[in-house]
Amino acid sequence: MQLTFSIYRYNPDVDDAPRMEDYQLEVEEGQDMMVLDALIALKEKDPSLSFRRSCREGVCGSDGMNMNGKNGLACITPLSALGKGKIVVRPLPGLPVVRDLVVDMSQFYTQYEKIKPFLINDQKQPPAREHLQSPEDRAKLDGLYECILCACCSTACPSFWWNPDKFIGPAGLLHAYRFLVDSRDTATDERLGDLDDAFSVFRCHGIMNCVSVCPKGLNPTKAIGHIKSMLLQRAV
Amino acid sequence: MVTNQASMKRDGIQDYVTLRASAAVIAAFTFYMVYVFISTENMTFEIWQGIFSSIYMKAFTLAALVAIMLHVRVGLWQVLTDYVKPYRLRAALQFVLNLIAFAYVAVGLFVLWGV
Repeated sequence: MQLTFSIYRYNPDVDDAPRMEDYQLEVEEGQDMMVLDALIALKEKDPSLSFRRSCREGVCGSDGMNMNGKNGLACITPLSALGKGKIVVRPLPGLPVVRDLVVDMSQFYTQYEKIKPFLINDQKQPPAREHLQSPEDRAKLDGLYECILCACCSTACPSFWWNPDKFIGPAGLLHAYRFLVDSRDTATDERLGDLDDAFSVFRCHGIMNCVSVCPKGLNPTKAIGHIKSMLLQRAV
Repeated sequence: MVTNQASMKRDGIQDYVTLRASAAVIAAFTFYMVYVFISTENMTFEIWQGIFSSIYMKAFTLAALVAIMLHVRVGLWQVLTDYVKPYRLRAALQFVLNLIAFAYVAVGLFVLWGV
């Protein structure tokens, strides 16, 4: 069985403009493989093809890309899930392209940095071993801590496309809520104060593209809704 | 608050509440008008005038018009900041659209006054 790939190619050092390039890949009849494996096979034919990958099992979040119009991780997206026709592979939308499928994630990380993604605890005498947490409090972090920062959600979000410098984006806000509900964190008010403006949180209009594309099955829209409620409670 | 007004800086929470509260009023008015049209077999000018001559309906209509103005003010500011990046053009568009939204309220007020 011969599969056709149409892959976004752009090398700013050589090319004037991006282009889509077609590739053919021979796959045994009835055999399935992940998009990343197909890309690696194509790279053997054309070593100039560039993309990021590391763990190749959906843990590191390096190979986020847009496959047939939907963001996802190439390493855990089977070819069979993309239908029978031509497979169109593009870089994550909205971010500047470094080369081919490799994007510059600076804007994404800048927003992530803003939410102070670390535990803040002003306890005068920290416990000798660890901050203890009840199983109930620990359970509040489920569905939040699993985020691997692949940027599939934020780059699928129109609000992030239009305001990547002001809107934190779904990934950053999911992490923000993870620290807001952490019983060991004592900077809730400070964190909410940092988010209390017209863009950081409130640019989320509940489009839910983030939920639709998250390769880990997380729900950033729900977390953002909780942050909005917390901000509202703080204001009234 | 004074600084907010002077700098025209938007307040996220205020905008969030304003959008939802004004949407509730607009929705209530829309549902009521749909009910009026469905429940009235032959709508005549006299019936129409009768509906709007009630002081409650006048207040409700005015509330709906003001809600539309507030909804437009916040909603279009969000749309314009998304799609119109040159700030001079955005400010001009915002001014014109807010003026149109105000004109709706003003004209509505005069029409209600005349009923």
